[in-house]
Amino acid sequence: MNSGVDLDIGVNGYLEYHLFGQTLYITTTHICLLIIMIALTVFGICANRAIKKADPYKAPGKFLCFIEIIVGLLDSMTIGGLGKKHGPSFANYMGTLFIFILCSNLAGLFGLRPPTADYGVTLALGMITFILIHYNGFKYQKFGHITGLFKPIPILFPINLVGEIANPLSISLRLFGNVLSGTVMMAVVYALIPKFLLIAWPGVLHIYFDVFSGAIQTYVFVMLSMVYISDAFDDEE
Amino acid sequence: MNISSEAFVLGMSALGAGIGMIAGLGPGIGQGIAAGQGAAAVGRNPGARGEIMPTMLLGQAVAETTGLYSFAIAIILIFANPLVKML
Repeated sequence: MNSGVDLDIGVNGYLEYHLFGQTLYITTTHICLLIIMIALTVFGICANRAIKKADPYKAPGKFLCFIEIIVGLLDSMTIGGLGKKHGPSFANYMGTLFIFILCSNLAGLFGLRPPTADYGVTLALGMITFILIHYNGFKYQKFGHITGLFKPIPILFPINLVGEIANPLSISLRLFGNVLSGTVMMAVVYALIPKFLLIAWPGVLHIYFDVFSGAIQTYVFVMLSMVYISDAFDDEE
Repeated sequence: MNISSEAFVLGMSALGAGIGMIAGLGPGIGQGIAAGQGAAAVGRNPGARGEIMPTMLLGQAVAETTGLYSFAIAIILIFANPLVKML
């Protein structure tokens, strides 16, 4: 920017290295992902110790109640989306996904650049969902998963195929676009408004763009993943 | 007045990004309709609020997709313009 305005929304590379003839960088996304990973790992270890030490004959403490509420909410959400039969086996993955995306979206509150505002991260999450859809499709419907593409009439095969391929693209682009739009808006606000307005006013916008939008998009990503996966089961509950 | 080809491409890209964001109209109308219907449904049956809210939010998030595609195109045109490299 030539006008003296400091507008920084991109992914910045910090450490350059070479691999297979390509020049690659350790970027802001890697650093932020590492911080989130360490924080979640420490939280997990603390939770594990608290649960192991818990005395079943006494009322649980505050921290234990907190963990129980989180686990109960995530389990009931997964079972509500995938049904009583398949839900419990997916609760681990869906709960992890929910906590990870929520922490990534809320990273903007701590002055980090949200990792989900990098298309590399969200595309990877979308590809995991894509693989889960087709693994479960082949597991539960066997060959019917392929012939399902030719229904209701065979001439619709190309449209059905494009629809299947568009699933991971659309859910990853939705998360990416929402978080990036919040990041861009916050960068514009921080760069353009006068300094004396920076005292309280951006906090209001942080509540909308980071907390509200981030939580909604986390929920939507996990719910849509579960909707797509439950389509692959193809059995009446 | 002489305009260099880079300046022309950059200016037209900025115009294209702005025009592309007109796509924000569609999701706005769609989300408004969904929110209105959700409010009407809660008014008719307040007990079903817990069922209506997630369904409405999910539908709104799906309706938002086209707007986000245009946002991605606008961001690409402004910050990672592929057309400038073609000159």
